[in-house]
Amino acid sequence: MIPHLWNDLEGTFFPESALDYMPESRLREVQLQRLKAVTALTYEKVKLFRERMDAKGLKPADVTTLADVSKLPFMVKTDLRDTYPYGLFAVPMSDVVRLHASSGTTGKPIVVGYTAQDMEVWKQVIMRTLYAAGYSRGDIVQNMYGYGLFTGGLGLHGGLEGIGATVIPISGGNSERQIMVMKDFGVTAICGTPSYFIHLIETAQKMGIDFRRDLKVKRGVFGAEPWTDEMRKYIESASGVKAFDIYGLSEIIGPGVGAECECQDGLHIFEDHFLAEIVDTKTLEPVPDGTEGELVITTLSKQAMPVIRYRTRDITAFETSRCGCGRTCRRIRRISRRSDDMFIIRGVNVFPSQIETALLKTESSLPHYLIVLTRKGGLDQMEVRVEITGEMLTDNVGAMEQLQKRFGKSIEQITGLHAAITLAQPGTIPRSEGKAKRLLDQRNLTN
Amino acid sequence: MKIRQISVFLENQPGRLAALCRTLADAGVNLSTLMLSETGEFGLLRIITPDADKARAVVEKAGYAVTASEVLAIQVPDKPGGLAAVLTALDPHQISVEYMYAFACRTGRAIMIIRFNDLDRAADILQKAGLKVINTANLFGP
Repeated sequence: MIPHLWNDLEGTFFPESALDYMPESRLREVQLQRLKAVTALTYEKVKLFRERMDAKGLKPADVTTLADVSKLPFMVKTDLRDTYPYGLFAVPMSDVVRLHASSGTTGKPIVVGYTAQDMEVWKQVIMRTLYAAGYSRGDIVQNMYGYGLFTGGLGLHGGLEGIGATVIPISGGNSERQIMVMKDFGVTAICGTPSYFIHLIETAQKMGIDFRRDLKVKRGVFGAEPWTDEMRKYIESASGVKAFDIYGLSEIIGPGVGAECECQDGLHIFEDHFLAEIVDTKTLEPVPDGTEGELVITTLSKQAMPVIRYRTRDITAFETSRCGCGRTCRRIRRISRRSDDMFIIRGVNVFPSQIETALLKTESSLPHYLIVLTRKGGLDQMEVRVEITGEMLTDNVGAMEQLQKRFGKSIEQITGLHAAITLAQPGTIPRSEGKAKRLLDQRNLTN
Repeated sequence: MKIRQISVFLENQPGRLAALCRTLADAGVNLSTLMLSETGEFGLLRIITPDADKARAVVEKAGYAVTASEVLAIQVPDKPGGLAAVLTALDPHQISVEYMYAFACRTGRAIMIIRFNDLDRAADILQKAGLKVINTANLFGP
């Protein structure tokens, strides 16, 4: 019997991660070769892209260097909505083995698809994410991302199985049960949103369970919402769990576009699969490394739904220093903010325009409103304050409560999220010159 | 027979009711009676005043959400069973009370302000039963 080639290296060498350390010149060659191929494929199969190329007088053959990517037309989130559901797919549906969906700007979700090879790529970038965070076979991992249409749960799941970890597909919610499972199943690592984990730390305290004394959880991969170094410090000091950031978005592949390594100093982009650019938010021209701008991503290997120059609306910058881990793939700074008014709450993307649509479904004219985001016990809360007008008012408390409920139900139908509705007196929501302020983000990211 | 009442939307927050009362006081609006009906988060302040139109204009101008509605004012005999007589008279007619509050005038009369789901029928039935449904002139008159 021939021993497994890597048996003697088990636990120290992971073939998938070798791609993280590709010599940079070779990495750029691979990127260029794949950029040419994906441009040609998308031009041939995706009408929207072909029309935009033709309008600019461009052909796929015009891409001869990596820098030529900046000639190509951008894609934006509304392109996915406008071609809903399958308009950007480049393969027949018989080749699509998985669909996921996330919230869109007007209530319709956006749909993304994967071929069998796409699923393999997704699994591998998650495996590389997990290895970078120190996970390995033998870990018992509680995956608290939501399973379902959301890419978080099943995305992490594939990679976790890939590395041979024991996966507990628990999803979010039921905090006391999460702690019980962590304790009884001997969980060593976790995945989920950082705010939910902070809530679990507090839940454990209330249950009289000490993370360091009673649990074996050593590391966590956290994402799907903005978080800060202060939150990381809190998580690590309060629970002893080493916390790693992961970046991704459904339009590109889901989680696994980039991830932190043990240095916890920026997120490595898996550049053999994703070509990252950072552009000025106004001129849309590339900015020098180290300068903040909007992250733009081109998928280099995606088959089912190749995406060229997708404007993520996430604001970040390339790190200019080499990473101490030795990986050659470039790093971006932790996402600090967005260039549009989208906000992320409990892993769900929400645009104020969706709230507007929901309010207009209930009332014929748009009331003055304000979305207030807070964080209570580690959980994000959304409150929508709606100013009552004389036209909306009736002399019946019950009817006003019904109105309040209708607003809430309408918002839940469109965003899938619960919102606490506050009926407010006219004039109590601040007005500003020009564009109305619709969002007040009071989430104190440290608690 | 119906009496005009104005209802003002108030958030259940400290100082909101006081601010509204000051607005009315500054405009010289005299409140004959009022009732605050609340849910914990917000409330409706219902006001009976001799000059409902003026009160409404003042409150609206101050930026409040206001609506006007109608109620019945019924003089209730000042003895045990006074209110029971009113409600008993309506009992067989499928008329329900949405809310009510009391009103004591200078003359010492006890008056109930009641919002029925059908004001006209209620007024008709009560008058036929010999109960005193009071009109605006009578309510605020000498």
